[in-house]
Amino acid sequence: MAKARQTIRDHSAEANLFARRAFFSAIFVFGLMSLLLINLYDLQVNKHLEYQTQSNGNRIKVLPVAPNRGLIYDRNGVILAENKSVFSLEIIPEEVDNLEQTLAQLTELMAITPDEIARFEKDKLRQRRFKPVSIRRQLTHEEVALFSANQHRFPGIDIKARLSRYYPFKDTLTHMLGYVSRINKRDLAKLKDQGQEANYAATHDIGKQGVEKFHESKLHGRVGYQQVEVNNKGRIIRVLDFEPPEPGKDIVLNIDIKLQQKAQQEMAGRRGSVIITDVKTGGVLALYSSPSYDPNMFVHGISQTEYSKLLNSRYSPLLNRATQGLYPPASLIKPHLALIGLEEGVITPETEIQDRGFFKLRNVAHIWRDWKRQGHGTVDVTKAIEVSCDTFYYELAYKLGIDSIHERMGEFGFGNFTGLDLYEESRAILPSRGWKRATFNESWYIGDTISVGIGQGYWNATPIQIANSLNILVNRGKRFTPTLLKGYLIDGSIENVAIEQKPPLVINNEENWDIVLDALYGTVNRENGTARTAFRKTSYVSAGKTGTAQLFTVAQDEEYDEENVHKYLRDNAMYIGYAPFDNPQISMAVAIENAGGGSSHAAPLARNVMDYYFDELRPAREMALAQKNAAKIKVIGISLTPSSHQSSP
Amino acid sequence: MKKTNFTTNKQSFLERIHIDGFLLLSLLCLMFIGLLTIYSSGGQDWDLVQRQLLRLGVGITIMIGLAQLPILVYQRVSIYFYIVGILMLLGVLFFGVVGKGAQRWLDLGVLRFQPSEIMKLAMPMMIAWFISRNSIPASVRDIFVGFVLVFIPTILIAKQPDLGTSLLVSASGIFVLFLSGMRWRIISLIGLLGGLFAPIMWFFLMKDYQKQRVITFLDPESDPLGSGYHIIQSKIAIGSGGVDGKGWLQGTQSQLEFLPERHTDFIFSVYSEEFGLIGIIGLLVMYMCIIMRGLYIANRAQNNFSKLLAGSITLTFFVYVFVNMGMVSGLLPVVGVPLPLISYGGTSMVTLMAGFGILMAISTQKRLLSR
Repeated sequence: MAKARQTIRDHSAEANLFARRAFFSAIFVFGLMSLLLINLYDLQVNKHLEYQTQSNGNRIKVLPVAPNRGLIYDRNGVILAENKSVFSLEIIPEEVDNLEQTLAQLTELMAITPDEIARFEKDKLRQRRFKPVSIRRQLTHEEVALFSANQHRFPGIDIKARLSRYYPFKDTLTHMLGYVSRINKRDLAKLKDQGQEANYAATHDIGKQGVEKFHESKLHGRVGYQQVEVNNKGRIIRVLDFEPPEPGKDIVLNIDIKLQQKAQQEMAGRRGSVIITDVKTGGVLALYSSPSYDPNMFVHGISQTEYSKLLNSRYSPLLNRATQGLYPPASLIKPHLALIGLEEGVITPETEIQDRGFFKLRNVAHIWRDWKRQGHGTVDVTKAIEVSCDTFYYELAYKLGIDSIHERMGEFGFGNFTGLDLYEESRAILPSRGWKRATFNESWYIGDTISVGIGQGYWNATPIQIANSLNILVNRGKRFTPTLLKGYLIDGSIENVAIEQKPPLVINNEENWDIVLDALYGTVNRENGTARTAFRKTSYVSAGKTGTAQLFTVAQDEEYDEENVHKYLRDNAMYIGYAPFDNPQISMAVAIENAGGGSSHAAPLARNVMDYYFDELRPAREMALAQKNAAKIKVIGISLTPSSHQSSP
Repeated sequence: MKKTNFTTNKQSFLERIHIDGFLLLSLLCLMFIGLLTIYSSGGQDWDLVQRQLLRLGVGITIMIGLAQLPILVYQRVSIYFYIVGILMLLGVLFFGVVGKGAQRWLDLGVLRFQPSEIMKLAMPMMIAWFISRNSIPASVRDIFVGFVLVFIPTILIAKQPDLGTSLLVSASGIFVLFLSGMRWRIISLIGLLGGLFAPIMWFFLMKDYQKQRVITFLDPESDPLGSGYHIIQSKIAIGSGGVDGKGWLQGTQSQLEFLPERHTDFIFSVYSEEFGLIGIIGLLVMYMCIIMRGLYIANRAQNNFSKLLAGSITLTFFVYVFVNMGMVSGLLPVVGVPLPLISYGGTSMVTLMAGFGILMAISTQKRLLSR
């Protein structure tokens, strides 16, 4: 059979067989081609939009552009926080042929440290190869010049400029201005919650403290966008669209930098705070907390050692003493308490007591001593403030009772936030029965009330609360919120924000204000006034009140002896005051920790600052203003009557 | 009647140089499209186009040269060609030069080349010669021996490893067996054996990167930045091309370099992105013209050797086209197969044009034989 097939070949059968197979092959080819075409149709027609989107997603990237942060000025236009270019040296790894050799050459040029190289290597691994990685941050001007001259030797290495916050007054304004620093995970989470994440997409720093933090939303501005076409490596090929960012607002503070500097100078070497406010608006002219530190350290990332030095210092420089420092308000609240006593009818202007140097309750063994051992003799409400008689207030507090004191002192802002535009503020403690129950699970004792009468015991307050309460007194019940923000600088002129005011404190008898303010006048200006020595012969008339807060409880039969008391348990010296008496402009609150008596330590400091303000700063400012106005008039004069002046060539 | 046509009509110039005009025109059209696409995908680099032009010139020369040889010559050299091919593959295995992670090249001093390319032609020639010794349909014994002949070089190439080429080479042999009237029962059996062979390949023959390709094919999204990246970007390129395409030189996926292997294996994606479905249909039509013409030539060839060889060359060509288009559009796993006549590249182009040379020899010389 096989042999037969070999010999007799049926050519047409073979041809038919092959034709059938070829035909089948053609069908097979058509089938597969159709399959291919159906799949391609599916991709290009059915799923076209989906792939179109993915293709655009590939090539079009929207890059956020950071807005420039708003600047901060003082009330006279002095810049307090600015944006400075900082230069960093950046390497694009992809564009450097021999990285090791290049780094070696660079080290020769500007002494790159092994630490910097290690950090560079670490950062490099986290970046794509065409993205710049910085090798040295914050180049000095010399380094910038040096590198620029040698740039041709280093392809792929470039100097990059970035705007970064700078505080020219360094430690003078720290606690008030705060600082910005790199956005961290916590900030990011917060921004996410506020729906601000996109707005900060390109932003490097965020306000962490102080005004920078409180007014962050105004200072930051709005992010801009750059729509770019990129290639597969993410390198920008061209810019398709650009929506510029909206820069942050330039803000003006009520601060007068000269006054602030004076406060700093006076507080040098001391711990405590000085607050100066504009009595008529509540604007904060100066707010200094001592000791301070340079906020610029935080902007570029503070080193761990430096940070722990600040954090662990026993002087707590990070604390804003003006708003977070908790001090017994001591005698400073005597005028307020007197007013409350008069209002409640517990005392009258005629009420007199005999001060024998102590206060004692019937059936109670404890005696409450006056600061003056032998007593002040016959004391009425005015004298009680002027000489700061404790006994009078022990009795007054006893008669008023804690409930009344708590309620009325609350109206002066104690025990609550003043509303100052800083987040770093404490409520402090204005004690009450409820507070003591909640805190110590104890009932309120009469003795507690008596201590409160001289601003001691459970009571503590922040300097800003004290300054605020003084302004309420001086303004006869008008309650301005202490504010740092004065307005915005728009096209070279200041647009003031509305002055914040709470509903006024209304009293029954307006004359009671006069009694209390007159006593403050007496404290400074009359014989026996506790601040008389400090304010002798001033060019202006001021009023005020001294305070000495005990931090150390003297045993019943002992005398307080400064020499024997540990440095950190010495009395806090306090003073509140304002001037001019008949037309109040500025008020001050001074608190100095462990300095001793208020009249001998705090009042003189307040006087120095007030002298500076009334004798130097204000006259100079008025003169400058007068000159400016004169110049203006002259200019107008020339333009109005050109013929009257002969112009000389 | 046909006979009289051929004898009485004066031969045209193309006929005298043994060139099939229709085939040549189709080839040239595709080559032109290829040059356009290479120019676009290669970043508008004239150098690239010129080098490709040179290769095409060499390819066409070889095609014309091979078209002049009588079929008898091919028939006679088949077995020696095959034996030399096998020896060279063995040579590669023992003395081969390693390149791109595989041992595929043989260094002959002056030039390096891949013996697997020789096998692409030697295989169908050998099987066609072997089968056409007897009449078709081929006997079971011939089919069996045929399979052994297919199997030897396939294994040698797969060992290099070059899975793609080994499959294409074996396909060219199997096509001959199929065209020679292999029984459907046997075909079914082969299919079954193939199914059994797959796991053996997976565990013993395939290297990790090859396995990875298969895994990626089955689920490209599993590794979108790694091995799945190519296929995802390719599908984006094709899909975003739409019906009318983004226009020549306007394909963002290719111009912005999101596509890998743009002027070689993935050139079809570039073409699809820029010319859209309309362009694809045009391209497929041209390929179909060549394939159908090839099958026509095979069917009209004078003897079984010519028929089987022409059929196999044509179907192998189709497989190239299908595998390439299938792989870039996500139908098949990514195996390094260029798109014939379009992709930039030398070696496979020469082999391909040599194949067309043989096809043209078959198409024109049948008349001389029949005279």
